[in-house]
Amino acid sequence: MYKILKYAFYDLIRSKWSYVYFAFYLLISGSLLFLTGDISKVIISLMNIVLVLVPLIASIFGVMYYYNSREFTELLLAQPIRRSNIFLGQYFGLSVSLSSSLFLGIGIPFLFFGIFRSAEIWNFFILILTGVLLTFIFSALAFLVALQNENKLKGFGFMLFIWLFLAIIYDGLFLLSLIVFKDYPLESLSISMSMFNPIDLSRVLILLKLDISALMGYTGAVFRKFFGNDNGLILSSLVLLMWVIIPVAFIARVSKRKDF
Amino acid sequence: MASTILVGPSARIHSIHEALKAAVNGDTILVDGGVYTEGSILIDKSVTLLGRNNPVIDGLAKNLELITIAADSVTIDGFTIQNGGVSFLRDLAGIRVQRKSFFTIRNNTLLKTMFAIYLEKASNGIIQQNTIVGEARDEISSGNGIHAWYCKNLTITGNTVYNQRDGIYFEFVENSKVSHNISKGNLRYGLHFMFSNNDDYADNLFENNGAGVAVMFSKQIGMFRNTFKKNWGSSACGLLLKEIYDGRIEQNTFIKNTTGIKVDGSTRIQYLRNSFENNGWAIKFVGGCYDNEITSNNFVSNAFDLVIESARNNNTIDGNYWSAYTGYDLNKDGVGDVPFRPVKLFSYIVSRSPEAMVLLRSLFIDIIDYAEKIRPMFTPENVIDHAPMMQKIIV
Repeated sequence: MYKILKYAFYDLIRSKWSYVYFAFYLLISGSLLFLTGDISKVIISLMNIVLVLVPLIASIFGVMYYYNSREFTELLLAQPIRRSNIFLGQYFGLSVSLSSSLFLGIGIPFLFFGIFRSAEIWNFFILILTGVLLTFIFSALAFLVALQNENKLKGFGFMLFIWLFLAIIYDGLFLLSLIVFKDYPLESLSISMSMFNPIDLSRVLILLKLDISALMGYTGAVFRKFFGNDNGLILSSLVLLMWVIIPVAFIARVSKRKDF
Repeated sequence: MASTILVGPSARIHSIHEALKAAVNGDTILVDGGVYTEGSILIDKSVTLLGRNNPVIDGLAKNLELITIAADSVTIDGFTIQNGGVSFLRDLAGIRVQRKSFFTIRNNTLLKTMFAIYLEKASNGIIQQNTIVGEARDEISSGNGIHAWYCKNLTITGNTVYNQRDGIYFEFVENSKVSHNISKGNLRYGLHFMFSNNDDYADNLFENNGAGVAVMFSKQIGMFRNTFKKNWGSSACGLLLKEIYDGRIEQNTFIKNTTGIKVDGSTRIQYLRNSFENNGWAIKFVGGCYDNEITSNNFVSNAFDLVIESARNNNTIDGNYWSAYTGYDLNKDGVGDVPFRPVKLFSYIVSRSPEAMVLLRSLFIDIIDYAEKIRPMFTPENVIDHAPMMQKIIV
């Protein structure tokens, strides 16, 4: 698996899209930092970008990479290598290369701006951590969708729908349920609903770290109590990890049974 | 003839009590450095109590009043007054003024007193350059820094108040001025007006209090050039207004407060040339608010600029600068050509179901806010700035 991972990684970091992706983050975080000079503000702006773009790019890139490397995959399948190793190797190669573009693209400007001497280091760490986890989650989902759909158009469409659902529609339903059931105590509902969506969970984690919870009044206090301490942080990291592990397990399972 | 009586460990008179007994109206009692533990001191003559080399009047936490002024024209200058103790039955004070006038309390340090300076039915007094540090832990067992009840013509200037219940408290106080004070870390309010009319406060700093300033049931209060900073917490706010009439709020700065100004009933108030930066809510109107004028203010990077909950609105909101404004200015006169609607759909939703705040900064919320901005359906139609400024207003 490691060999295939290495191969996929080197293949990807030579592709111009990785550089474009890296350059995009470099430019955005660099210019935001130099224009505003306020690290905490930049982290909030970057959060808005990361929460939308990272899942979208990981989805599209994941599906595209799977379909493009199909011939090579078939060649590998003819060799005496375990199937799960091939697909998992490709998957990890993809996620590692996307995450390193993100990590370096955001990290380098912050490094020059003295993040290690700043009090915001933990917020920055959370931002990077959620960005990387979201990359892993959405490329796993993309790989899984592509594995199960021979038809490229269907695969793309389905993956885009998943992104659209988790990034936008889910929040709409969330809001709707909050309004419909507003006469009931909704704290545990809203906590569990934000647990089930990786994008929402990442957003809540970052916002609570940035002490915006005071704005949320009573709900904020409940959220802070739940997510604000170390246990909450560990629990939500575990949930995000589950969002990686479960699709990856499915990739391994589906790839074993699939006819090529 | 006014004479000077010297009190000190090495002087002929060792205690302030003795000196007061010997003094006549108009005398100066000069107290030299040292610790004086004399229990309660009652000043019933018009004397000047002057501290030299920082004398300390210590109550040893025996739960008593430390100094009571019971004569007109008394001055207390240059003392450290400490350890008054806490009582649940009486309002113990460091310095109490009872029904007297023309007093001056200057350059003192008051440490660990329940109420530091307590004025009852006093008038024409000056409280200047004092430092008050309390140790308030909860509202029940603590008192206010400077407490004024039924007073007139007070001047409170240049004081610093930390860790009390209210930094400065006014109840039925008229024609008084509060200026250049610093009020930090107080449990409840930095400055609190109840039923007080015709007062001004200017150039003060209110930081990290439960709420910076609360003005309640008062008329004709002027609020100028104050800074409200970091009053942050789930129910904290910079300035809290409740049922007030005919005030002026000018050139104040609100930075990083959960709510900049929370207004529960205000009528004919002018909000002019204030700056609101990085607050959760800049201005939040909750009760009935009529005939207010919000003009030439800067609203920069607040999560919500303005919330008006009542459906009727006859407040004027014109000529402000909004960093959230995205319109254009074709004729280059500095005024945006498209009106600005400061109330977002999301703030409307949040005021109805507060749990929805969980969705703050979600993409879905940005989309519905945008849709609402183009074609308002839920947000009040007439809450609108007809002449939004293109550039930040210099105040």
